[in-house]
Amino acid sequence: MVDITPADAVPPAEVAEVELYHPHSWWTKYVFSQDAKVIAIQYSATATAIGLVALVLSWLMRLQLGFPGTFDFITPEAYYQFITMHGMIMVIYLLTALFLGGFGNYLIPLMVGARDMVFPYVNMLSYWIYLLAVLVLVSSFFAPGGPTGAGWTLYPPQAIMTGTPGGQDWGIMLMLVSLILFIIGFTMGGLNYVVTVLQGRTRGMTLMRLPLTVWGIFTATVMALLAFPALFVACVMMLFDRALGTSFFMPAIVEMGEQLQHNGGSPILFQHLFWFFGHPEVYIVALPAFGIVSDLISTHARKNIFGYRMMVWAIVAIGALSFLVWAHHMYVSGMHPYFGFFFATTTLIIAVPTAIKVYNWVLTLWRGDIHLTIPMLFALAFIVTFVNGGLTGLFLGNVVVDVPLSDTMFVVAHFHMVMGVAPIIVIFGAIYHWYPKVTGRMLNETLGRFHFWVTFLGAYLIFFPMHYLGLMGVPRRYNELTDMAIMTESAHHLNSFISIMAFIVGFAQMVFLFNLIWSIRHGREAGGNPWRATTLEWQTPETPPAHGNFGKELPIVYRWAYDYSVPGAKEDFIPQNVPGSFGPSREPA
Amino acid sequence: MSVIIVFLLVIAGFAGWWLSHQRLMTKPWLEQGMAGDFVALDRSALPTAKIGLGVFLAVVGCLFALFTSAYFMRMELSDWRALPVPRLLWLNTGVLVLSSVALQCASVAARRGQIENVRLGLATAGLTALAFLIGQITAWRELTADGYFLTSNPANSFFYLITGMHGLHIVGGLVGLGRTSAGAWNGARPERLRLSVELCAMYWHFLLFIWLAIFALLAGWAATFIDICRQLLT
Repeated sequence: MVDITPADAVPPAEVAEVELYHPHSWWTKYVFSQDAKVIAIQYSATATAIGLVALVLSWLMRLQLGFPGTFDFITPEAYYQFITMHGMIMVIYLLTALFLGGFGNYLIPLMVGARDMVFPYVNMLSYWIYLLAVLVLVSSFFAPGGPTGAGWTLYPPQAIMTGTPGGQDWGIMLMLVSLILFIIGFTMGGLNYVVTVLQGRTRGMTLMRLPLTVWGIFTATVMALLAFPALFVACVMMLFDRALGTSFFMPAIVEMGEQLQHNGGSPILFQHLFWFFGHPEVYIVALPAFGIVSDLISTHARKNIFGYRMMVWAIVAIGALSFLVWAHHMYVSGMHPYFGFFFATTTLIIAVPTAIKVYNWVLTLWRGDIHLTIPMLFALAFIVTFVNGGLTGLFLGNVVVDVPLSDTMFVVAHFHMVMGVAPIIVIFGAIYHWYPKVTGRMLNETLGRFHFWVTFLGAYLIFFPMHYLGLMGVPRRYNELTDMAIMTESAHHLNSFISIMAFIVGFAQMVFLFNLIWSIRHGREAGGNPWRATTLEWQTPETPPAHGNFGKELPIVYRWAYDYSVPGAKEDFIPQNVPGSFGPSREPA
Repeated sequence: MSVIIVFLLVIAGFAGWWLSHQRLMTKPWLEQGMAGDFVALDRSALPTAKIGLGVFLAVVGCLFALFTSAYFMRMELSDWRALPVPRLLWLNTGVLVLSSVALQCASVAARRGQIENVRLGLATAGLTALAFLIGQITAWRELTADGYFLTSNPANSFFYLITGMHGLHIVGGLVGLGRTSAGAWNGARPERLRLSVELCAMYWHFLLFIWLAIFALLAGWAATFIDICRQLLT
């Protein structure tokens, strides 16, 4: 079982060297670069920039909800536009792009021991098409009639009708075109991430030696490649309905006293297609977060991950199951009771592998040498937040509970906790963790701790009370509720409180951005491996890693990614590329 | 949504088969060193480009499976009037089969190093694929001349949409074929040429497979087939 071959018997670099593209000018090195690390930074910077737009939109919404009637420029139409663009940007253009395009590009080649992605040119195209998609999206803010206000789910028929902002103007068209572009760009990138994990691994890096970060990103990418086509199909068909007058989704409808030319289409068909993408999307965002958090916890608790195999199987199981639950978003659309029963059951089954992961994170912490570094703080915050959001998910997964809660703020609180706050907290933790590798310097500790506590506590103060608003019956999607009986005095006060917290949390993100920029020059020198971590990206000869990642010879992998605190070893971590075995714990248990 | 579910089950079956060969039951914390049999697990012996194309074709397959799912769901509504399938489509099918066969010949020739035959095969495949596209456009024109417009019925809308998407898929393939042909005439390295011809052949066979599937769908045989299956089950 143990140590089958002596390490020195292995000839180095048996893997065929990849033909590396070498840039010749400043433009091809920093702008039209084919280096996955540069593309990763381009992706991250673009995603962050558009994410800031979404942050400002959320402020505007909170201004209206917290202090109704005070701000004249937030008309009901504008409010719908803010909701729509905030949701769409956060889910697709920020989270998906940042996890897969940003972290995927940076970490996959480094973690599997490759010099670059397998198709670097396609990888570069992927970024530029993504940028084009973002620009088309942004242009809709300046188009006549403004961006679409159809809600991020873009349900027809309202999405393409006169009453909805952008419905008969440019807004919805630009939105659909932008999504189609995003999907094309993502498919190009996604091919790279998948095939690099399959074919780019260095010698000795078997699948079961991959860090869980790579497993998470890999599985999420496979899911995204299979789920995004559903959105693509829905967008193309809706574009036909809007631009060419077909009736895929549009029923016979009278608008402003006029019979439209549409006839007989099925809005439910759109919902099926949309959620066939939409539900896997939740896990496309969550699985990379699961993977990254596993690595953060193991590294900063100086302990091997508990139940590595279970963690891998759970990731794969969640990925597969998530394609069988989409209709739980459609309980209120009406369906056969047996279907409701089926989808409620599959939804609850997903809780099993997810719970396994949570237990394993907690058991990894158990008796670990926990260092409360900033990445660790964020990882711990993620566990709490994710459990919280996941539990309300169990409520909403049941038809009878979902139907009365579906249109209330309870749903808003639930999905923000589980797929808004939780993944973003992981992104922050991951940035604090890998920033030293990307720039060679540490982020400022004091600012970081300030950022963590304000973000974590503040996000709870925003979204936890929102559950109570929902239980009181406060509906979502309404821009003003002043004269309604459910809006008691206390509900108004709570809304104002939530709004003030939203401004404070948003302000903390400005501090974080300042820290990101300031530390590039003024941060403490990090060295090659400041966290004393085992995975390959920390073992590069240069920090930040140079073009080609690993110098002359690719590393050879001799062990899994989690050899922390091995009894008998000199140090409390053994990098993956160090040969030899240590100590008594190596006997089969 | 049953079509896409079946398609994903096939993908899942393939992924499961592959994963089952990856020793997911090992206990990586107990195994160190470079075990001899790990080498086979490092990567597939297939060229990376082929695996990349395979993944891409799976995505395209997913796209067409979703269109098919939407087709069946929309078909059940009352306003559906099936449109007559132009007879020209039979001829087009034949031309596309010819195109695929030509590329298969080119691929065999490339393996044997017969550059002349490779060029012949590539040229035939390119011309027949273009002929197919022209045939499809002619079929569209016939239909519109007979009054089957895009918006007049969902069956028509789907016909134009799906054949149009398939046409775009061919146009994308022609770009790749053009690059391969440029290599074949400008003296690319034999092993490189062989790989790109094989990639083209793979793409074309898939293209043909998709066409046969959507032809069956648009002509209504797929619905009949599913009805028979349903009756057998109940």
